Amino acid sequence: MRKIWDFHGGIHPPENKAQSTTQPIRFAGIPQRLVLPLQQHIGAGAKPLVAVGDRVLKGQLIAEASSQLSAPVHAPTSGTVVEIGNHPVPHPSGLADTCIVIEADGQDEWIARQPLANPDQCAPEQLLAHIQAHGIVGLGGAGFPTSIKLAGGQGKPIQTLILNAAECEPYITADDMLMRERADEVVQGLQVIAQLLNPEECLIGIEDNKPEAIQALQAACAGTKVEVVVIPTKYPSGGEKQLIKILTGKEVPSGGLPADIGVVCQNVGTAVAVYRAVYHGEPLISRITTITGAAIAQPCNLEVLLGTPIDFLLNQCGFKAAQSNRLIMGGPMMGFTLPGPDLPIVKTSNCIMAVTPQELPPPAPALACIRCGLCAEACPAELLPQQLYWFSRSGELDKAEQFNLMDCIECGACSYVCPSNIPLVQYYRHTKAEIRREREEQEKANRARERFEQRQARQERELAEKEARRKARAEAAAKAQAAKQSAVSAAPDKAAVIQAALERANAKKQSVTQPAADLATLEDNLKKAKAKLEKMREMLAEAQAGNPEQAAKLENAVRKNEERVRQAQAALDEAKAAATAQPAATATEDIAQLERAVARARNKVDTIRQAIETTRAQDPERAEKLEASLQAAQAKLTEAEQRLADAQKPAAPAAPANETASVEELEQQLQKAEAKLAKMQQALDDARQNNPENVEKLTRAVEKNQVRVEAARKALADAQQQATASAAAPKEEAPSVSLEELEIQLAKAEDKLRKMEQALADAAPENVEKLTRAVEKNKVRVATARQALEDARQRVAATSSGT
Amino acid sequence: MSIILTAVLCLAALALIFGAILGFASIRFRVEGNPIVEQIDSLLPQTQCGQCGFPGCRPYAEAVANGEPINKCIPGGDSTIQAMADLLGVEPLPLDAEEEPPVKHVAFIREEECIGCTKCIQACPVDAILGAAKQMHTVIADECTGCDLCIEPCPVDCIEIHPIPESIQTWSWELPQPALNKNPAIIATDREEATV
Repeated sequence: MRKIWDFHGGIHPPENKAQSTTQPIRFAGIPQRLVLPLQQHIGAGAKPLVAVGDRVLKGQLIAEASSQLSAPVHAPTSGTVVEIGNHPVPHPSGLADTCIVIEADGQDEWIARQPLANPDQCAPEQLLAHIQAHGIVGLGGAGFPTSIKLAGGQGKPIQTLILNAAECEPYITADDMLMRERADEVVQGLQVIAQLLNPEECLIGIEDNKPEAIQALQAACAGTKVEVVVIPTKYPSGGEKQLIKILTGKEVPSGGLPADIGVVCQNVGTAVAVYRAVYHGEPLISRITTITGAAIAQPCNLEVLLGTPIDFLLNQCGFKAAQSNRLIMGGPMMGFTLPGPDLPIVKTSNCIMAVTPQELPPPAPALACIRCGLCAEACPAELLPQQLYWFSRSGELDKAEQFNLMDCIECGACSYVCPSNIPLVQYYRHTKAEIRREREEQEKANRARERFEQRQARQERELAEKEARRKARAEAAAKAQAAKQSAVSAAPDKAAVIQAALERANAKKQSVTQPAADLATLEDNLKKAKAKLEKMREMLAEAQAGNPEQAAKLENAVRKNEERVRQAQAALDEAKAAATAQPAATATEDIAQLERAVARARNKVDTIRQAIETTRAQDPERAEKLEASLQAAQAKLTEAEQRLADAQKPAAPAAPANETASVEELEQQLQKAEAKLAKMQQALDDARQNNPENVEKLTRAVEKNQVRVEAARKALADAQQQATASAAAPKEEAPSVSLEELEIQLAKAEDKLRKMEQALADAAPENVEKLTRAVEKNKVRVATARQALEDARQRVAATSSGT
Repeated sequence: MSIILTAVLCLAALALIFGAILGFASIRFRVEGNPIVEQIDSLLPQTQCGQCGFPGCRPYAEAVANGEPINKCIPGGDSTIQAMADLLGVEPLPLDAEEEPPVKHVAFIREEECIGCTKCIQACPVDAILGAAKQMHTVIADECTGCDLCIEPCPVDCIEIHPIPESIQTWSWELPQPALNKNPAIIATDREEATV
């Protein structure tokens, strides 16, 4: 004999089981209409897969599991879906819920069943999926999805697998009859579950009031590892936690699961359902239900299709409606009163009782709690029922929770023993529901708070973004305003550009006056430009082979580079010429100095001579001294004269070189101007053919250029004349220098004017007026500069003719 | 004399040490904000309905922390008042409302009448209304707190407040009505009478 334990409390109510065990289980038959609630289990309701009017076959999936904690529903027989809607369901509330109504066609035609081919070799996942797909839930009463319960035990080491065959509730004999008649199926189903969980031991816990079932099970278990453990009859030994305590001595921790202590418990009916699903491919579409009570003529156990109306069953068993005052689903301890007989059988309906008032009198009015403590003695969960009662009555949910109300299994033992007839369990049920509702509300409140806070954060963020966008817009507007203003004052801007150009020109001039330092950099520039040009040409050659588009671009670039090289070369040449001219310039400066020195020396000699003559008469000694100094002064004078003569000699040939250089420059300019003019004329011709709009502009430009060419020619002629003149009179340096300056000024003025005109052509219509004024001013300036130049030239001619 | 001096010095040293520890703790473990506000806020139902006269649950929690009466939360009802009274150690007050606290509600938009103005979306404190401009709006019933702030801004009055219907999922056992309340002076000899 195996050692067994005892649990605290418990009661011994009249069993009343013998009435319904006299007849074997028989099939109840197919009713005309079956009503299948979508929620026959703990968890979320199933989701219908069929529509009204669909024909369904027996075993066909008609509603699938809608979430993890859910179970599918199958058609119990073949027929037509006639309605999907709210129907009253067997529930203590008597409320309606969504149901699928099937009109049976009586043919009971099976869909193709798919049993597992080799259940012994199946992987646990496959087995679990199979069990889940066949809609199996715990048939003991709670209806918890079996696959989830088994999956929960999978990750943990399971020492003991218990098959709950205690069936402690009075009147109910469904499991008893099932074990008597189908012990083999029970054991085979248990073995499938054992294969899943791989426990160290498999036990079947059965109360000693079912000797036939014990015998049948022992026979079926012969040769297997499964042990049938007979336990003393005591209510509620069939409670999961209580049975575990009896068989293993272990207690499931408060709020925990049996799997936490290495135990999994399953009902015998569930084991049979697992067996039928795995070996025959039959989903859970029927169950054994006990029909009993004093108002039933032939109490018995029926195999009932799910969804069968209760009155259909009652009528088969000789229901004496006149005697019965109420119908109860479940047992007398834990069951609930049904509102009527037209409700369907669901997966958890293990018993239907039709009772007479004598058999189960209505509860007497409750009296005051006398704190007798009988309830605490009877409580199998070792709670303090009277404390919980007080807390429940005064609505102190937190205190009730502290006193472990949630561990109450609602077995009704406390109510049964209460001498004051207090419906204790109803208080607990209410308070438990309140606690759950409170938790849900708290959760919902937290979610609402979260959403509210997130919304506020979002609104703040949006406000900040709006503000940022507004600022950006304001900035952009300010910028646009500034741009407008700068466009209006485009003329001053152009003036700045012209100023910069002037500065550049000045710098160039300075580089001419200080050529030695810049010569090296200019040479460097030239070298770089040449190298770049080479590179460009190479690239161009490559591109011409591969990429014609690129080639066109590169050709342009090469042309530009060639231009640059030419410019660099020109700059270098200029600088070299200036460098050679420089010594001449310094020489002329020296000549002037020397002349001044000679003049001073002569002066000195004269004053000394005078002094000698005046002093000879008065002071002969001093006169001698003065004569000595006179001689020294004369020596200095001769020396200075000598130096002056030396200096004048190299200066003479330098001056003409300078002249010729400027003449050459002028010739170059003239050539360029002529080339430009030619280009312009060509452009004009093109424009005449293609673009009549531009003709006018271009004509003007050509005229301007013609004027410029004329000016350049004139300047060249002047310069040549001057060169010959200056060659004739090399000493006349100063006027020619000023002449050059004047020419430069004129060129600058002309340059400015040209740029202005260009700007005028490009300018926006609103700026035209201002620019026109500026151009006119510049024209005046050019004219004055030209006038000054002419004057200077005349003067030069006059001085040269004078000398 | 030296004993007294030693004692005084020891005490002074201890005072300094403990003072330093307390000073450090007051900075290091400083509690930001008023923790009681958090606790009160967690008791409120978070409908953000503003029926208390404050713009949301948290402002009311702050006001309660500053001495506002605790009986202004109408959706919370008596249970919230009781919880706040327990937390703050004050006497629970009767709810400050004309009638009994209404049952749980949820907003419902008559969709064929909705013109898609988004006004209710902007009014919803918990973002439980879904929709876009010129598109039909609808209420996410699971997230709706039943605060009815969306009803007033609707220009076509197509939003109504429905009580949440009782279903099998929301049903719970009634609290038994004790017979004691009817006849509290019952004594042992009355039992016979009572059982009849």
